[in-house]
Amino acid sequence: MIYIFDGSLEGLLTAVFEWFERKSGNVKLTPQSKYQPDAFMPSFEILTNRAKADRVWKGLAKRMGRDWMRRVYCAYLSELEEMHQEIFGFCIYIFQHPAGAEKNYGNAHVLNIAQTARKVEREKHRMEAFIRFQKTADGLFYCGIDPDFNVIPLLVNHFKNRYADQQWIIYDIKRHYGILYNLQTVEEIEMDVDINLLKKANQHMLDEQELLYADLWKDYFKSTNIVARKNTKLHKQHVPKRYWKYLTEKL
Amino acid sequence: MSERLREKLNILADAAKYDVSCSSSGSDRKNTNKGVGNGHKSGICHTYTEDGRCVSLLKILFTNHCIFDCAYCVSRKSNDIERAAFTVDEVVELTMNFYRRNYIEGLFLSSGIFKNADFTMERLLRVVKKLRLEQNYNGYIHLKTIPGASDELITEAGLYADRMSINLEMPTEAGLKLLAPEKSHQDVIKPLGFVKNQIIQFKEEKKLIKSVPKFVPAGQSTQMVIGATPETDKEIMHTAAAFYKNFSLKRVYYSGYIPISNDSRMPILGTQPPLLRENRLYQTDWLMRFYGFDVRELLNDANPHLDTDIDPKLSWALRNMHHFPIDINTADYKTILRVPGIGVGSAQKIVQARKFGKLYIHQLKKIGIAYNRAKHFIICADTPYQLKDFQSHQIKGFILAESQSKYLKTPSEQLLLF
Repeated sequence: MIYIFDGSLEGLLTAVFEWFERKSGNVKLTPQSKYQPDAFMPSFEILTNRAKADRVWKGLAKRMGRDWMRRVYCAYLSELEEMHQEIFGFCIYIFQHPAGAEKNYGNAHVLNIAQTARKVEREKHRMEAFIRFQKTADGLFYCGIDPDFNVIPLLVNHFKNRYADQQWIIYDIKRHYGILYNLQTVEEIEMDVDINLLKKANQHMLDEQELLYADLWKDYFKSTNIVARKNTKLHKQHVPKRYWKYLTEKL
Repeated sequence: MSERLREKLNILADAAKYDVSCSSSGSDRKNTNKGVGNGHKSGICHTYTEDGRCVSLLKILFTNHCIFDCAYCVSRKSNDIERAAFTVDEVVELTMNFYRRNYIEGLFLSSGIFKNADFTMERLLRVVKKLRLEQNYNGYIHLKTIPGASDELITEAGLYADRMSINLEMPTEAGLKLLAPEKSHQDVIKPLGFVKNQIIQFKEEKKLIKSVPKFVPAGQSTQMVIGATPETDKEIMHTAAAFYKNFSLKRVYYSGYIPISNDSRMPILGTQPPLLRENRLYQTDWLMRFYGFDVRELLNDANPHLDTDIDPKLSWALRNMHHFPIDINTADYKTILRVPGIGVGSAQKIVQARKFGKLYIHQLKKIGIAYNRAKHFIICADTPYQLKDFQSHQIKGFILAESQSKYLKTPSEQLLLF
């Protein structure tokens, strides 16, 4: 049996609800974008229903702690193809077994969700570390990133709490959306033009002191290095090359 | 103006890099006053230097003028180098601008001692106060305690800083006397003890009165230089264990000596820094803090030096084969932690997973233990029955044969033929 859903989290949870209602047996879950009609297996389209999705989510929350709810959310944000099937299988496993079943690291779904959630959290942590704001001439701090996973929803709280008194934008260049903090709330935004402030052509948009502080940071980065302990392999392990184009000190 | 600032930053950041403490964790300071910044409980490493160490703080000396002449220090009085000093405002501006751009987690402020300890400490205190009170800065601050400063200055500094530390520098008193006759371990022990008692006192008061301010919430740490003087690994780790116990330190750092002079009392310029030894010492430190080992089990009179070709945990296990093999499905958590190849995370997962059924080899591999290493020490539900009992050196041979360790590439001593 193939279930087709729209790719959203609500759709996935609705699929779980439908499975329990229909008791379909072995089910393969595919998003609409990847669906190819199969001659041998019947397919069923899931209509995303907010109320049903909420019931499933609340049901999960009653059986697991907040940390596992976050893991499921992170696994979904990973946007990996196989994760939809894993989350689907995981939800069914949790509902079919008594409370505490999420601790069974012997089960393949539990382990996969835990490992993928760990990868997403690590990417989020790296983003918190590697985001380098640049001050524009009108006092706004801007940064463009392209993380491996869709971690922007996870970054909202950290940056809102930390930079409570300055306006900032974090923009995901690959996924074409971002967040803006306007001293009161955080809003989702979309920009028509992808601006890369690091390019020389755009430098007139920057605050006058911005280049000085970028230079000071590069100086500092060079001064803290101990040449006698050079270890490029370790350095690249911690700061993978794909992030270098966004780091001021590497330019 | 900005040229002079860049010059000062180059000189004073360069001099501060030998203090390897880089942690920005342990503080849960919140941004409650609509200011800027907060602490992050596990710290954030914003970038890494080319030698692989993390850079999370703006680590600078307030000035590298110093009245002392310690042979191991690049800023010693008799060394002919460029000297500079920041002003309080310059440090505050630099910190705030770097922080707002998310370059750093906070400030690490140290200083050479100019005029006297109190004068220096008072300057550092001014920087910290300005950041917290005028700039509404709630990020991380690591402040070095100047040995010899008065109790009042240290107490006031503790109200604003997240971590305070002083460096032991040499692991033994004899070593210190050899290279810095004007200093002694007592100069370090007295302030460490004072701050420790203040931390305890503030915590006790906080239980009764809610409005008691935070005092050094991320605790204290210290640093020892490895390889400048001929102490054994046993003396180094026993000192570290004593300091962890007596002063409730959060961390002890071990910094391999980078030769900075041709002084005959220490390794001369061009000597390789002892990176492998430093790595083994950190592994021993972790075993003491997270794996429940006592320092005497790892290093004692019979074994005063750590093995270079294998890590301390494996070394202990091979010397104590009578404890193994353990049954992974029945052994308690503390015993599982001692198996080479199983870390804290895996041990916790094993204990949780086995409530649901016996664990098999393929499950253990998926959980993430180093099975090739651990298999010599554990029995799972489907371990094949073994007739032969292997000796320690044979097991060591098996493990080293499969090992991908980078340290094995360096050639060891000549083979013994007889």
